[in-house]
Amino acid sequence: MTTQPISTDPDSASASQEQVDGEIAAIAEDYRASGVEETQPRLDYPPYRSSLLRHPTKSLHHADPETIELWAPCFGHRDVHPLEADLTIQHGGEPLGERMKLVGRIVDGDGRPVRNQLVEIWQANAGGRYVHKRDQHPAPIDPNFTGVGRCLTDDDGNYAFTTIKPGPYPWKNHRNAWRPAHIHFSLFGTDFTQRMITQMYFPGDPLFALDPIFQSITDPKARERLVAQYDHSVTTHEWATGYRWDIVLTGSHRTPLETETDED
Amino acid sequence: MADLIATPGQTIGPFYGYALPYEGDNELVPPGRADAIRLHGQVLDGAGAPVPDALLELWQVDADGNVVQQPGSLKRDGWTFTGWGRTSTDDAGHYTFSTLRPGATAPGKAPFFLVTVFGRGVLNRLFTRAYLPEDADALAADPLLTSLPAERRDSCIAAADAHGYRFDIRLQGEAETVFLTYPRH
Ligand SMILES: [Fe+2]
Repeated sequence: MTTQPISTDPDSASASQEQVDGEIAAIAEDYRASGVEETQPRLDYPPYRSSLLRHPTKSLHHADPETIELWAPCFGHRDVHPLEADLTIQHGGEPLGERMKLVGRIVDGDGRPVRNQLVEIWQANAGGRYVHKRDQHPAPIDPNFTGVGRCLTDDDGNYAFTTIKPGPYPWKNHRNAWRPAHIHFSLFGTDFTQRMITQMYFPGDPLFALDPIFQSITDPKARERLVAQYDHSVTTHEWATGYRWDIVLTGSHRTPLETETDED
Repeated sequence: MADLIATPGQTIGPFYGYALPYEGDNELVPPGRADAIRLHGQVLDGAGAPVPDALLELWQVDADGNVVQQPGSLKRDGWTFTGWGRTSTDDAGHYTFSTLRPGATAPGKAPFFLVTVFGRGVLNRLFTRAYLPEDADALAADPLLTSLPAERRDSCIAAADAHGYRFDIRLQGEAETVFLTYPRH
């Protein structure tokens, strides 16, 4: 599809959306033809220019997890204050935008809840601006919104945040590129092999098809797993809309004997 | 039990810097302590250029080879070794941890640090092990190292230096670091 060499400068913004769409479509077509299901993003995904010089070229090496890999760090109430789960109360006033509750449950690959474990989120404000010195696009900073939250999951693996719905924002992957609105999630399991960072998206975003980061997950069913659902049972009268997003980590390698408390 | 399909990962992106780092994140023990060592190095891309916006996490056993299950990594008290820390690379792609030398988990086992790499342009987290270089017999017997082609083994072995160890991470290219995947991934 590409007629000229791809620039390895991730901020060159040299390609058009049409060119990137063509690259995305060609990879999607190859994926459909392969018949082999993929469930995770590709590390080597040229439409996402920043990955060109940063993806391993050799395949990942299979290791049998041992010692430290079979355990995750432990976090507790000493680490995380309950109020850190409310991103709307960190300043003197109310942040602008759509106040929303965001809830979900984290389980491992066997369906067991990930209990009392750390969840970290960060996001842009309602105008699509991060409180980060490298985010220089001219959308307003909201003095009442930082966009960082933490919580611990409860005994059944549930997490809950109160926040503001983030806006989409431009980036320099290609000319006039826009990221679909998203919230970044950092997650731990019971084994360190389950450690992951990902992004949660909102249903029906018109930017999905145009975004190389979202499309680096070549399988449509796998992409759907990153999309939250509007859930009216999560909303609050005259206060907040509500979304639910459940998360599955990879399988644990510890046998139930090694796990202190197991499901009944 | 059900074998559920895992939620996909995504890149950490460029804007985590005001969210994930925290005070004392890379000091698993205070740097002045008598038994503190430095684990440091550079993260490099396929052109050999430093990666100034990578986030690394360190997870390791204590000096006696025990897995630690102590809270307090996010608000360190200066006395409790939690075994876990995180740090961002600086503008020269360099990172530093102040920590303890991990012990052998059993006699004859090769001690290692587990290092996880996140970065803009890195679409999913990368795992690698940084082995301590001293015990040649243990390294020669290690199941992971012996399963690697000889020319790739060194990419997983840290180099001893004056204050501890140096471990560079090459995301791509000739001396590319060995990155790991585990069963059920
Ligand atoms: Fe983002």
